[in-house]
Amino acid sequence: MHSGNITIDNITKVEGTAGLEVSISEGRVTDLKFIIKDYRRFYVEAVKGKPAVAASAFLSRICGTCSLAHLFCSLEAIEKSQGITLSDQTKLLRRLAYDGLILRDHALHLYFFVLPDLLNIGSILDIPDDPQNLGHQLLHDSFDIKKVGNDLTTVVAGAAIHAPLPCIGGFLKIPKPEDLKPLADRLEKIRPQIIRAISFFAKDSQKLERNSDYLALRGNNFNFLEGQIVNSSGKNVSEEKFHNFMKSVVIPYSQAEGYVFEDTHEDYLVGSLARLNLNKDLLNSRTQKDLEPYLTVFPSNNIFHNNLAQAIELLQVVDDALDILKNLNLIEEKPPVVRFKEGVGVGVIEAPRGILYHYAKIDGNGMIADYDVIVPTAQNQINIENDLKKYFQENLDKDEETLKLGAEKIIRAYDPCMSCATNFLKITFNRS
Amino acid sequence: MNGSKKLVVGWFSFTCCEDSTILFTELLNDHLDDWKQKIEFRYLKALKTKNSLEGLDVAFIEGAISSPKQESEVKKIRENAKYVVAIGACAVTGMPSCSRNQFTSKEISEKIAWYLSHFDYSPKVRKLDEVIKVDDYVNGCPMNTTRFLEVLDKYLKMINAQ
Repeated sequence: MHSGNITIDNITKVEGTAGLEVSISEGRVTDLKFIIKDYRRFYVEAVKGKPAVAASAFLSRICGTCSLAHLFCSLEAIEKSQGITLSDQTKLLRRLAYDGLILRDHALHLYFFVLPDLLNIGSILDIPDDPQNLGHQLLHDSFDIKKVGNDLTTVVAGAAIHAPLPCIGGFLKIPKPEDLKPLADRLEKIRPQIIRAISFFAKDSQKLERNSDYLALRGNNFNFLEGQIVNSSGKNVSEEKFHNFMKSVVIPYSQAEGYVFEDTHEDYLVGSLARLNLNKDLLNSRTQKDLEPYLTVFPSNNIFHNNLAQAIELLQVVDDALDILKNLNLIEEKPPVVRFKEGVGVGVIEAPRGILYHYAKIDGNGMIADYDVIVPTAQNQINIENDLKKYFQENLDKDEETLKLGAEKIIRAYDPCMSCATNFLKITFNRS
Repeated sequence: MNGSKKLVVGWFSFTCCEDSTILFTELLNDHLDDWKQKIEFRYLKALKTKNSLEGLDVAFIEGAISSPKQESEVKKIRENAKYVVAIGACAVTGMPSCSRNQFTSKEISEKIAWYLSHFDYSPKVRKLDEVIKVDDYVNGCPMNTTRFLEVLDKYLKMINAQ
């Protein structure tokens, strides 16, 4: 029976810096702290007084890996504040660029961070240089998948990270059809590689189940950019009211705040597992057909199924992008000329790790008067801690190294992003 | 590269959005098989469980320095590395991570002040060469990958010429 304290200073194979401190006494976990250590950059304060036209590109710098999510969410908030509606073509192009983000971002997490755990090695760098080795095959699949994701976003949005072409109301430049055409062939080519990954992650027998509530956007199809917010009990919340749906909680040892439901004060989970639990019926028909046996897993309360859910979403975005490319007839479109007026707008989208919220208040001179951001990892923070408490409590008979590795695997399954997590500022001091 | 000496590399991130780390992982799509023959990644927390600072030839450092703790960490990296390369805009120029340096006292709300005093924030966020000696710079937000590959190649050649 383990006794004493367990500390992990730096959790590896995650985005950003986080640690864990566990106190154990007389066979009980007496305290557990999941500590997000990234220092705050205070961007939601820094953006105030800046021209709204430049705000979204600045705020995409909140996060390297999901910069496109912050860019699109910020554009949505500003567009809504000005009553700007998007053309169908702009909506499709944003969806296409975003499919590329999900491909690249999920593949990085699954293959570079999680795969070594499942192969019982410390790193992708330890995978043997043997083409017959399954790890080698999967790793090289990931190179193809991530490159297609990068190139899809780059052709549509100008770059995979901090994309320069999306702007308020549209795109500064419309992609050339001849640049999009080869991408369809490449998307088709990575389908079998993704199905191999799904089959691999489906064999993972790790289990940690706790009764969480789930929150995700639900639209007319499996859409990351539009929809209403729904939870597991069927409660439906409009984007504008999302802020009132949950309550921020200061966690004194963490640079990021956490969240619970405003009414029940219960924790909840956002991300791929939430999306698959609530929206699997909306997946692309081709994805559903090819993945029938794997979809029966959902709904699931096993946090390790977040990895399988991400793998399934890889195929979803490939099939979505293929459908869009099949029917896309691009016309030359200029973004609207915006004459700014006072206004308030909210953007809510599904970032790779879950629901992302941007709030923008614009003054009569087109400057940012107020801004705020709520990110997925901060929303999952209390859920992560509660999962870890359960894990340690149930496994205290194991040695320290096993416990540490087990805890890291749970944290990695959430795919947390610490640089995102430290941005909300409208905190209430309600937790000692 | 048989018989060649491997370049011992560390990759570190401080205050930033880690966009250059992400770009670095994307470079692995095309370069990993080759780099595994030429480079030992001794510290790469984004990809490795076991990491060490000992005996680095080159430390690539992304991000600005926000606190005394980060200052002490980055000085320790400097002591352990023959060369240090600043990676990306926040390490090279401080911006945009040092945005709070421009805040007026009116902008430092009660909540910002709470974070600044509750954790060990430095009065100012600093770019890398305000804290340690830097040998090379790769600018860009995210880093310019062509420049990164040039700098890496320079050190690969240098280590084998020594």
